[in-house]
Amino acid sequence: MIKYIYADALDAFPKLRDSMFKDRAHQFKTRLNWDVSVDENGFETDEYDAINPLYVIFELPDGSHGGSMRILPTTGDTMINDHFSHLTDGVKFSSPLIWECTRFCMSPNAGHLAGEVAASLMLAGVELGIQFGLDSCVGVFDARMVSIYRRIGWAPELLGTQGTGKEAISAGLWPIDAEAKAQICAKTGMDPALSESWFEASFPSTSLDDILVA
Amino acid sequence: MPSFWLQPSWADYPEQKLVQVAKVTKLETFLNSLEASQTPNDIQTLIESLRDSYGVSNAIYHAVNLDGAPYAALTYTPEWMDRYQEQQYVKVDPVVRGALQHFHPMDWKRLDWSGRGSREFLGEAVDAGVGNQGLSIPIRGPNGQFALFTINHDASDSSWAKFSAENKRDMMLISHYIHKQVVNIVCPEGDRETQSLSPRETDTLKYLSLGFSRGQIAEKLQISEHTLRVYIDSARHKLGALNTIHAVTTAFSRGLISF
Repeated sequence: MIKYIYADALDAFPKLRDSMFKDRAHQFKTRLNWDVSVDENGFETDEYDAINPLYVIFELPDGSHGGSMRILPTTGDTMINDHFSHLTDGVKFSSPLIWECTRFCMSPNAGHLAGEVAASLMLAGVELGIQFGLDSCVGVFDARMVSIYRRIGWAPELLGTQGTGKEAISAGLWPIDAEAKAQICAKTGMDPALSESWFEASFPSTSLDDILVA
Repeated sequence: MPSFWLQPSWADYPEQKLVQVAKVTKLETFLNSLEASQTPNDIQTLIESLRDSYGVSNAIYHAVNLDGAPYAALTYTPEWMDRYQEQQYVKVDPVVRGALQHFHPMDWKRLDWSGRGSREFLGEAVDAGVGNQGLSIPIRGPNGQFALFTINHDASDSSWAKFSAENKRDMMLISHYIHKQVVNIVCPEGDRETQSLSPRETDTLKYLSLGFSRGQIAEKLQISEHTLRVYIDSARHKLGALNTIHAVTTAFSRGLISF
């Protein structure tokens, strides 16, 4: 299942936290050879993990990380504005209605669940955007992910790409709306109510009706 | 300066989208008054008219730290503000705790009201004229700026959910733009970054000024209309403009675009 967890709450999920940062090291350093730093624990982190981002994490049945992505508002510091504006022709994203999604990561331990993990993360992303009234999501990703995004039914508009082969990095913009969610559900067969339940579990609501009567 | 090119291109809006156009107009009306607001008093008047035009009980903009000092424009009674201070409700108010930690817009329903203190606090707040339902949006800016924008209203869960779904985006934009304008007013000497426009942004503004529709511009630049809108927003942000027309005129006056 999907959990939405702010960085400052990750310590409540040590297994999920540690396996996520290890899987990120595996994907971005070992497999893709991106210029990322891995610490003595084998964790891949950068300066954006330090400014309390929101993680969208797929938790495997054993409580470890199956896949994840990292969300930040573009009104603050973002990876795309700080390091990748050459991929966007110098356009800097700064809108309360656009959030950045980076470090889309799949665990090598996802096994036969890999397809479900990728699809769930995408559905969870669009759900988050709809719930918080967003307009778009901008991201930097391994260029070869585009075909996976397309298969899941939510492809970004490509803004630019640098490099070739496994080192190719792209910037893209995803529109957030009910149509995007419907497309993902149609392509993957996932129930639209599923992502609502993930959101509700991470951001639980209480009725404020009774306060009114006071 | 010729004004014919400032006319909006209504061809962009097919008839079935008329309802949406009406909503855009409400937001645009607000942004126009915001642009004309030049003093703290103007902002206070604007907050009151915002409350009235969206039909809610209260609207609050509160910057915790602007140039080292707090700043507020709000519709609460002085009695409630005194009471809040005197009881140090900042310590139990879950809106404050949530906003300090997180960046997402916070529906009050999704805050942590489990503590007895926080629920009693809300009860007392409601007696003092605060709505039982609310939406609070944290705003952060350079140099440790931190502000909070809130609207609240007396409503049932279901009618608030409907209101919130219809107006959340407007409120997120409004919160952001009020903050910008207040920063302009309070810290006019602030270090405003003068960023140059990218070629795409320049082209976009130039075509807009020539009266091309968004559809036509997107086609010329070979991008989707969605992406075009993001480019326009980006240019607007760099120019410190509250709307597209303002962005185009600013770009002209600074010589960033020309014919």
